[in-house]
Amino acid sequence: MKSLNCYHCGDVCETVSLVFNEKNFCCNGCKTVYEIFSSNNLTYYYELQSGAGSTPSMPSHSYDFLDNQEILSKLLIFNEGNYQIVELRIPNIHCSSCIWILENLGQLHSAITKSEVNFPKKKVRISYRKTDFSLKNLVELLAKIGYEPNLRLEDYDQKQDKKNRSLIYQLGIAGFAFGNVMFLSFPEYFEVQEFWLDQYKGTFRWLMFAFSLPVLFYAARDYFVSAYKGLRLKLLTIDVPIALGIFTLFIRSTVDIVFDLGSGFFDSLTGLVFFLLLGRFFQQQTYNFLSFERDYKSYFPMAVTKILSDGSEESIAVYRIQKGDRLWIRNMELIPVDGLLLEGRAQLDYSFVSGESDAVIKEKGDLLFAGGKQIGGAFEMKALKSVSQSYLTQLWSNIAFSKNKISEFQTLTDSISKRFTLIVLSIAVIASIFWMWYDPSKVLNVFTAVLIIACPCAIALAAPFTLGNMLRIFGHHKFYVKDTNTIERMAQIDAAIFDKTGTLTSTQNNTICYEGIPLTPDETAILKQTLRASNHPLSHQLYHILKSNDILTLDEFYEEIGYGIEGKWESHSIKIGSANYIGKAINNSFKDTSVHICADSEYKGCFVFKNEYRKGVSQVFKKLSDIVTLTVLSGDNSGEQTTLEKLLPRGTKLHFNQKPEQKLNFIKTLQNKGKKVVMIGDGLNDAGALAQSDIGIVISENINVFSPACDGILDADQFLRIPDYFRMAKEAMQIIKWSFFVSLCYNVIGLYFAITGQLAPVIAAVLMPISSITIVVFTTFATTILGKKLKRKT
Amino acid sequence: MNVIYMLLALSIIVAIIFFAAFISAVKKGQYDDTYTPSVRILFEDELVKQASKTHKITTVKKSPKNSEN
Repeated sequence: MKSLNCYHCGDVCETVSLVFNEKNFCCNGCKTVYEIFSSNNLTYYYELQSGAGSTPSMPSHSYDFLDNQEILSKLLIFNEGNYQIVELRIPNIHCSSCIWILENLGQLHSAITKSEVNFPKKKVRISYRKTDFSLKNLVELLAKIGYEPNLRLEDYDQKQDKKNRSLIYQLGIAGFAFGNVMFLSFPEYFEVQEFWLDQYKGTFRWLMFAFSLPVLFYAARDYFVSAYKGLRLKLLTIDVPIALGIFTLFIRSTVDIVFDLGSGFFDSLTGLVFFLLLGRFFQQQTYNFLSFERDYKSYFPMAVTKILSDGSEESIAVYRIQKGDRLWIRNMELIPVDGLLLEGRAQLDYSFVSGESDAVIKEKGDLLFAGGKQIGGAFEMKALKSVSQSYLTQLWSNIAFSKNKISEFQTLTDSISKRFTLIVLSIAVIASIFWMWYDPSKVLNVFTAVLIIACPCAIALAAPFTLGNMLRIFGHHKFYVKDTNTIERMAQIDAAIFDKTGTLTSTQNNTICYEGIPLTPDETAILKQTLRASNHPLSHQLYHILKSNDILTLDEFYEEIGYGIEGKWESHSIKIGSANYIGKAINNSFKDTSVHICADSEYKGCFVFKNEYRKGVSQVFKKLSDIVTLTVLSGDNSGEQTTLEKLLPRGTKLHFNQKPEQKLNFIKTLQNKGKKVVMIGDGLNDAGALAQSDIGIVISENINVFSPACDGILDADQFLRIPDYFRMAKEAMQIIKWSFFVSLCYNVIGLYFAITGQLAPVIAAVLMPISSITIVVFTTFATTILGKKLKRKT
Repeated sequence: MNVIYMLLALSIIVAIIFFAAFISAVKKGQYDDTYTPSVRILFEDELVKQASKTHKITTVKKSPKNSEN
């Protein structure tokens, strides 16, 4: 049978396929979007890229809070007269069709005057007229066509982030000066004794001097600042010899032209700074659409429904919640603060917060912790704390979140530069002493020449180019690393800790197996129809795996939200739900989520939902066990212990029932033993561990949705590649070591000229760029080969 | 031979003009989003074609849609 693909979202139409306009759709949502687009002449959307759309999700919560003036004023970037402008983050933006449809929003509603997409940031800026339209209408419209904007607590008090473009300015200035100085010093390279050239030599030289001033004081400023900072901490970072070299270059050159000793080294000076800045620029790789600094704010909602004393409801900003407020939490909404359950029944999914995969049931009078997601029904609660004081959010006040992983780490370049600086200085001194009794007039010449030629430009370029390139290669393979420093730290890892739920298991695939008396075809048919009517996520999953083609019309259907469902057809009846609902005493402690079935008041059995382990878990662990010690820390109960023991190589330590703080402390103890720890997790419950570890990597099924603060985000598809990434980080460090060797060879050649007192400006001007370019070419070439190897493996 | 001073001055002025243009382009954020404009520029024609082809329907259909919202 040929599988049908949905015309809108491109997914395979599984059970039902709706036909409209001779096109197939997998669900009503997709069909509706198509209808909206086609009736507004926007079908070009589908021509641009087939199956571009995304299924509009069920509105997870109402957008009533967008009518609240206080919240509105925080979200709008312009609000005057009849016009309002808002910038919304839409994680769904993924192709050119998305850009097209979002920039033609005006076709869908005449109040929208202009919309502009920023694709790398996945943001859209929309201007609209306020008359009979509002932000709420706009967001609802976007949600209806499958582009639901992300409105979380973090967006609430968004500051317009100012871009730091100073590096580009510095690079521009250095490049500008470099080109012009090269041009002006060209005549002197050939040392032609020509009347007119000699005549204008002074002008040319002073012009070069003028060009080098902004380079020294603006473009190279960061090197002086960081060298000074390093010296104050008694660290000989790579910036120290660089700053020394730049400074010597400038002084020596100025002295040269003042006393007419030569043309100076302004060309080398500007070129050096230009190349160094180029390296810095290359090292910068920003993933605009990702954030590595997220905390609970990007998971929490912006507003919540508050019940006023007169019983009426009002949307208030989450920050406004005070102790004692009564809150109304609906289906699929998040509990924003710790509180007390007043009315109703809560069935809370804490999987993201604590790692427990089962929903927790709370009755009236129970304490509720922030971060749980309500499944089914609604309840009323009383706030006991404000947002920032809640149990979950307090985790972020842990010291682990304020430490800076980069400043605590000594890079390979820095550790080499210490020895390098000392060696260069001693060579300079020894050479000077030698010339002191041989030819005192040349002492200063030789001393400065050594410092100039030994300026470790090529060494400083090796790491940025190698690691910057690795960063890009990782990015191509959907492993998004925060910065180059992270890759260097990756090469030193000797302990790896994995979370279980969501990391080793996939959150998208469940294995469902049936235990009990087999169901008759009739029963299966009723069961399927009953499930179809229910909105519960488990019902949906179960519905899709049941094989029955009979279409029955139920005579009766009843759902008790949060407990179970009941369906009747002719003489048969079926009850589906928790063990309690069915009326069966729980004899064995069920550790997995299960749905019990009771047909015609006879207990049949239950469907057990098990999280499926990712493909290749044992392979990944086996490969990793060669290089690191492995541990699994799970917030879940120990129900999976035997399965895991079978799956993972021997020697893997397993710990269950770990709270977020325990995970954090576990890593701390390992680190105190001198281990370099990588934490691989996924949820908020790992946030503390991710921050404490030397490297925190988050595995995400969808990189656009929330992930806690970390050093790297890995697309779940690439789980198998984890060992490869670590191996490649190690190989990258090898490349850097080789580049150091190459650049040292150049330094030896240069030092020969410097010590013998024959360093002419033209030699420096040739040697410095050549050594830099060699390093750039070598590292780029070597890393590309590494990247090719990774590609071939798939 | 004082013309060389003039030439020097002129060449530097030209260079500085281009440099200033670069700086102002960076400042205006031209390099912030380097992807979307490259896609957007290809749309314009398609939209005109689309609009002209179905112009009549667009105007008829637009008004009831507005009142709906």
